[in-house]
Amino acid sequence: MTWTRKDLLGLEELSKEEIEFILSTAESFKEVSSREIKKVPALRGKTVVNLFYEPSTRTRVSFEVAAKRLSADVINIASETSSVKKGETLIDTGKNIQALKADIIVMRHNSSGAAAMLARNLDISVVNAGDGWHEHPTQALLDIFTLKEKLGKIAGLNVSIVGDIAHSRVARSNIWGLTKLGAKVTVCAPPMLIPQAIEKMGARVAHKIETALENADAVNVLRMQFERDEDAAFPQQLEYFQAYGITQERLDRANKDILVMHPGPINRGIEMSSEVADGANSVILEQVTNGIAVRMAVLFLVAQASGKTEADAE
Amino acid sequence: MAQSQGYFFARDQMKEKAKILDKETLNRSLMRIAHEILEKNKGTKDLCLIGIRNRGVFLAQRLARCIKQIDNEIIPVGILDITLYRDDLTLVAANPVVHKTEIDFDITDKLVVLVDDVLYTGQTIRAALDALIDFGRPKSIQLAVLVDRGHRELPIRADFVGKNIPTAQNETVEVRLEEPDGKDEVVIVEK
Repeated sequence: MTWTRKDLLGLEELSKEEIEFILSTAESFKEVSSREIKKVPALRGKTVVNLFYEPSTRTRVSFEVAAKRLSADVINIASETSSVKKGETLIDTGKNIQALKADIIVMRHNSSGAAAMLARNLDISVVNAGDGWHEHPTQALLDIFTLKEKLGKIAGLNVSIVGDIAHSRVARSNIWGLTKLGAKVTVCAPPMLIPQAIEKMGARVAHKIETALENADAVNVLRMQFERDEDAAFPQQLEYFQAYGITQERLDRANKDILVMHPGPINRGIEMSSEVADGANSVILEQVTNGIAVRMAVLFLVAQASGKTEADAE
Repeated sequence: MAQSQGYFFARDQMKEKAKILDKETLNRSLMRIAHEILEKNKGTKDLCLIGIRNRGVFLAQRLARCIKQIDNEIIPVGILDITLYRDDLTLVAANPVVHKTEIDFDITDKLVVLVDDVLYTGQTIRAALDALIDFGRPKSIQLAVLVDRGHRELPIRADFVGKNIPTAQNETVEVRLEEPDGKDEVVIVEK
């Protein structure tokens, strides 16, 4: 298997082999973060620009740490403090960053497809750090990496995703990745938060949390974005917790070894109880650690692919 | 390194020219190197072996077995992947695959013997030294190779050599080992 993509835009377009290649590369990178000197020179002299049009702390910091552990130079641009405020278009911003001779743009944007559009217009690498409701590939890769590390395989696993599926790029990327690797995915949410076409992506729908937890090897609990509460159909917080919140009692009635995952930040007492978040089933902080290894692998692979001329590829 | 030399050339374009070591002579060389390592380091105290992926790892494990036969002591063996330390990544191969480094002991104040199959330009060893220093500060680092084929580009030499083989630049030395390749032999191949 050889990696040839200069960009990572989503898991929908990747083959099973490509996903497995990223995961196995990430396994090798995980060891770097356990060293006393947590740095390798692989991307020395490369520049990574974090271009964030939506507020994000954990994803941006995770990419920044990953790039720095590879010895790349990192520049952070947040849209609130940039020329975006002055009306510059996305492509112009991208071309300016390319003219600075940066090598990789890591972008988060509120429009679905923004990363793909930027990638088409630039020669340098683009890594999608979340675009609208579309995809968040590195989050899904780190979720899958954690599952594989804990359970030894992906094929045949039952994975449930609980929460606002309709507005979730994390859910979409997870469904693409998990089904390609042979897992069975069940989504569970209040009916108005489940998109109609979700079954076409290969996921089953459960309307009751008990059904979603039954026989599940892992449950990935999404953040409820109550700050987006303009929608009248959005459930109330307490009401949501009572119907869909993950409690120890609900876990005890399901598989006792079930893994509990969450992309963060957690709303304690809404998506899950504190007892569960800090409990023996939770692998939430391991996801954070694994995120570094996965993002190091992604940055390394896209940098290798874009640094090559056709003559090198022979 | 022998392997990386071959990346650009399809196997059928290469012609086997001479067999330098067979199973018996290869294993005899390893046993001699094991004796020399023990002699130079005055036994096994603080001694450890670190094999460079891929074939250096198997050679290091075999040397550790030889040392156990001689001194009845088990010494630690680590695995070093130097892909992330190469300064010629895009030149070496169309797509370098990163493998795990596994050194589960502290190398600080240890007598480290790096083990590789072929010593050629010295670039691999340069990268390995950079990588190793990131893990700690050994008392000394020595180098053991099965074959030294000359053509150095850096001021690097081996402390323990299985066989010196003068080669031309258009030749490649291929080390084949039982573990990955099914048989033990060293051959010179012409490109």
